[in-house]
Amino acid sequence: MNEYLYLLRGGDEARIAAKNDPEAWGAHMMQWKTWIESLEAKGHLSGGQPLADSGRVLREKAKKVTDGPFIEGKEIVGGYLLIKAKDLDEATEIAKDCPHFVYGKSVEIREVKQLAM
Amino acid sequence: MQTEGRIQDEVSHLFRRESGKMVSVLTRVFGPHNIDLVEDVVQDTLLKALEQWRFRGIPENPSGWLYTVAKNKALDIVRRERLKNNLNDEIAYLLKSEYSVIPTLHELFSKSEIQDDQLRMMFVCCHPSISQETQVAMILKTLCGFGVREIASAFITNDEVIQKRIYRGKQVFREEQIALELPSEVHLEDRLDGVLQALYLLFNEGYSSASSDELIRKDLAEEALRLTLMLTENERTALPQVYALSALMMFHLARLSSRIDESGNILLLDEQDRSKWDERFIARGLEYLDRSASGDELTTYHIEAAIASVHATARSSRETDWAQIVVLYNKLYDKNRSPVTALNRSIAISELKGPKAGLAAIDTIENLNLLHDYFLLPAAKGEFYSRLNDTENAYKYFTEALNLTDSVYEKKLLQKKIARLE
Repeated sequence: MNEYLYLLRGGDEARIAAKNDPEAWGAHMMQWKTWIESLEAKGHLSGGQPLADSGRVLREKAKKVTDGPFIEGKEIVGGYLLIKAKDLDEATEIAKDCPHFVYGKSVEIREVKQLAM
Repeated sequence: MQTEGRIQDEVSHLFRRESGKMVSVLTRVFGPHNIDLVEDVVQDTLLKALEQWRFRGIPENPSGWLYTVAKNKALDIVRRERLKNNLNDEIAYLLKSEYSVIPTLHELFSKSEIQDDQLRMMFVCCHPSISQETQVAMILKTLCGFGVREIASAFITNDEVIQKRIYRGKQVFREEQIALELPSEVHLEDRLDGVLQALYLLFNEGYSSASSDELIRKDLAEEALRLTLMLTENERTALPQVYALSALMMFHLARLSSRIDESGNILLLDEQDRSKWDERFIARGLEYLDRSASGDELTTYHIEAAIASVHATARSSRETDWAQIVVLYNKLYDKNRSPVTALNRSIAISELKGPKAGLAAIDTIENLNLLHDYFLLPAAKGEFYSRLNDTENAYKYFTEALNLTDSVYEKKLLQKKIARLE
């Protein structure tokens, strides 16, 4: 069993529009809850959170602080999940059902790297 | 705008009903070990309602209003506590993620979940490591929204005693890591037995408590029935003995208001105005008694409900099928070997065969000494002697009974009987 990070990118505009329709938004939240329940039931869930748009970035070896991330909306990381799966293929399959795709653009799947001794 | 008094009345009833529900749901969120935190959230919610409703009036959907406030307060605390890993284990993963916390809270406050959580809470309150009197106090406090003072009044004791019981109960909640769930199949019937015993005790406390506060007594009895009926609404707990206990409570409740006259005197069965008995309760009691007749186990609740049904369906005391009642008391005695049952049987025997037979029956009760401070024993003897026109003995036993009871009603009744002797 390995651990994978899902980086959920993009879709902010669509998501903001959806929030104006409480019924649609409620249904979407319910989709997330159901998905998280199924991840937990199958032993895949480690955790995950949506992320706020604003933050800070430290650059130049922490000498320079800027507000950030200032990436184009469709590229911004809007949330993450930590998932347990047996390999990258399984992690990819699991991600296909992610409710992020309803409004979001992409999910990047990265395996947690094991560093050498 | 409603007047202060009306708001108070409506609100206190609503608060009592809703606080039990909110405590149950919030215990699901934070876990039984956080019962103090749970009670704080409920208390804050009710305070906020009082403040706002006083000025704006009671909202159209007051329960919904309360749940919204409670949910928001819960959300704030979940966000704080999840970093400390201090949530109910079972659903902590849903509460920890912002992706699922809000729909989870909405769902927990839905009708079916509220109902299930109250059931689960009953089993938590009646956990075997909690003493029976504490179980009843915990039920009243957490599920029925009773305050310490009301519980103390119901048990005719002081606030301090009840505070101590609740403190001990909460200690078990914290230390035993009790999960808020229905027991597994193997343990269900055993644990259900404990719950039914506590509910039976709660009902009796209401039905025959010595407390002079008629309102509290009626509340207790009705709360006991409400919780018992809740058990009949879940397929796992809707077992024959639960229907039997429901029926028993209904038959007694049907007669509750006719037991006391306008000036607060107990009326004996043959003095009660049977037209005041609540027909609907009797009909429902019969229906539930019918439903209890499945399976092969005959519990004491079945037999007691059957006895109550004979009384409830008789047109007068004279027309009561006392022979049937004696048979039922025999069965009950075989089950519980209780001298109290034997005493009640002797009263039925006296109705069937006369006061001499009643006295003889009392003499043969095993372990009669267990009843040495039970007022009903001398009260029954006094009654038998009085019917035999043995004034001297009647007076002696009635007086003895008078000294053994704290109930104002029972005292009045005994004084009336003594006055009649002269």
